[in-house]
Amino acid sequence: MVNPTEAINLENLTKVFYARKKKIVALENIDLSVREGEFLCIVGPSGCGKTTLLRILAGLEKQTWGKVIIRSKNPEKPLTSMVFQGESVFPWMTVAENVAYSLRIRGIPKNERREIADHYLKLMGLDGFADTFPHQLSGGMKQRINVARAFVSDPEILLMDEPFGALDEQNRLILQQELLKIWEGSEKTTLFITHSIDEALVLADRIIIMTAHPGRVKAIVPIDIPRPRDILSLRSSPQFGALFQEIWRLLQEEVLKAQSMELKN
Amino acid sequence: MSLVEETLQKQFGEIIVKEAKGEPKKAVFDKALILKVLAFLSPSLLLVLWEIFSRLGVVDIRLFSSPIMIFKTMVPMLYSGELLYHTFISAQRIVLGFLAGAVPGVILGLSMGLFAPIRASLMPMVSATFPIPKLAIMPLILIVFGLGEASKIFTIAIGVFYLVLINTMAGVLNIDDIYLDVAKNFGASPFQFYTTVAFPGALPMIFAGFKLGMGTALLLIVAAELSAAKAGVGWLVWRAYDMFDIEKMFVALITLAFLGYIFSYLLEIAEKVVIPWKNDRR
Repeated sequence: MVNPTEAINLENLTKVFYARKKKIVALENIDLSVREGEFLCIVGPSGCGKTTLLRILAGLEKQTWGKVIIRSKNPEKPLTSMVFQGESVFPWMTVAENVAYSLRIRGIPKNERREIADHYLKLMGLDGFADTFPHQLSGGMKQRINVARAFVSDPEILLMDEPFGALDEQNRLILQQELLKIWEGSEKTTLFITHSIDEALVLADRIIIMTAHPGRVKAIVPIDIPRPRDILSLRSSPQFGALFQEIWRLLQEEVLKAQSMELKN
Repeated sequence: MSLVEETLQKQFGEIIVKEAKGEPKKAVFDKALILKVLAFLSPSLLLVLWEIFSRLGVVDIRLFSSPIMIFKTMVPMLYSGELLYHTFISAQRIVLGFLAGAVPGVILGLSMGLFAPIRASLMPMVSATFPIPKLAIMPLILIVFGLGEASKIFTIAIGVFYLVLINTMAGVLNIDDIYLDVAKNFGASPFQFYTTVAFPGALPMIFAGFKLGMGTALLLIVAAELSAAKAGVGWLVWRAYDMFDIEKMFVALITLAFLGYIFSYLLEIAEKVVIPWKNDRR
């Protein structure tokens, strides 16, 4: 059942772990195919195992059962790069050093590193900050660094775990637009976790809605909005409103279920 | 209150107006300057009091000397090069001992911080031997390393080693897991974990260890030079004790204070150069 246009296949993926002697099923029987060059957004209530799913794909954790199939077209490229939730910019490296981190790991010489980094710094609106240290920058700037760092490594699959979750609305909008711009130029297979339906609609080709405890795929909603996309016109289109309603109806059930479960515990 | 005002008040409630007119306040005295003057005056005053009391006989000159007498002893010692010679000898021992302790302390501390199995197997030995007062090991060190330079350097090294090791390990353990995840995600090798995450991330704590270690080094140099030494500032203190030469002893003590100051100043500068990303947090 291997389809060459599919970059990722998950079959029966299940993750079980024990926390304080209690068995917790984080993911249950996830079956999912991600097309090559697709932007896939994952929404779901807190604690539905979205992050676990990404960490398994990134190789930071192992599944308990099931299969992960990732098709690599170019074995020289790294398979995955992850943009983490929260503060993950190295405070002890300058902006440029952070952005070029993956190149340093691969042993690429310093001046070559800097050249590639400079290109992405410009793309993400970070030129002029190359030699500053991150603690002098705002949260929005730091997330730009994280995104640039992932793009610089040029992976086959980009994994983003709520990269803009901690930002305010204004910064979030700006960064979504920037991400669209840089992504639409690269067409990288991307898995993007978010809490925000707005954000998912703006970015995704398809949106996966996950269930609460255990995490399962509840529904997949295709978003047939042509690219290149412009956030402003997109948000005011009637299609946007209809899709928002559809997704919220699906998601609402799960959020309420998660809340009632929390009350029972 | 006029009738008009009263009706107004009934209608709108009380009206409060806050208006200010004037200039921004200017400080009459420069506060920073006053503090600087104070910081200079108080020790000077203490010296003057010491001198006066010793002349009045309130302070026993035989035990505590007087600032001017100490100064008069110090000047010829400086001119003859005697003081410089002893300072140099001690400084050399401190630097060598410090390096001999700090370098393995950092390397082992990083390894113990990064790798749980290494930590689990070495920690019991560190915990068991760390509380032994280093002065208590000195006789053993003398037996093993003899009476020469090696025993003095090793004494200092062992004191510095533990403090640097423990601080470095704590520094690595304090690094947020997310940074290790990032390194792992980008495929960092074990060696790159040291160079790009553990070492730079632990640097602030490593320097805290260096500073503590330097304090211990100064303490140990005096003890090390007590036994079987022929030179050094510590030796000078003990020599003055044997001769009951209080002035010379004070000169040596002042020199030790000066040495301590210089070394901690150098560490401070090194810290600013090596950890530029922490600079403006202070």
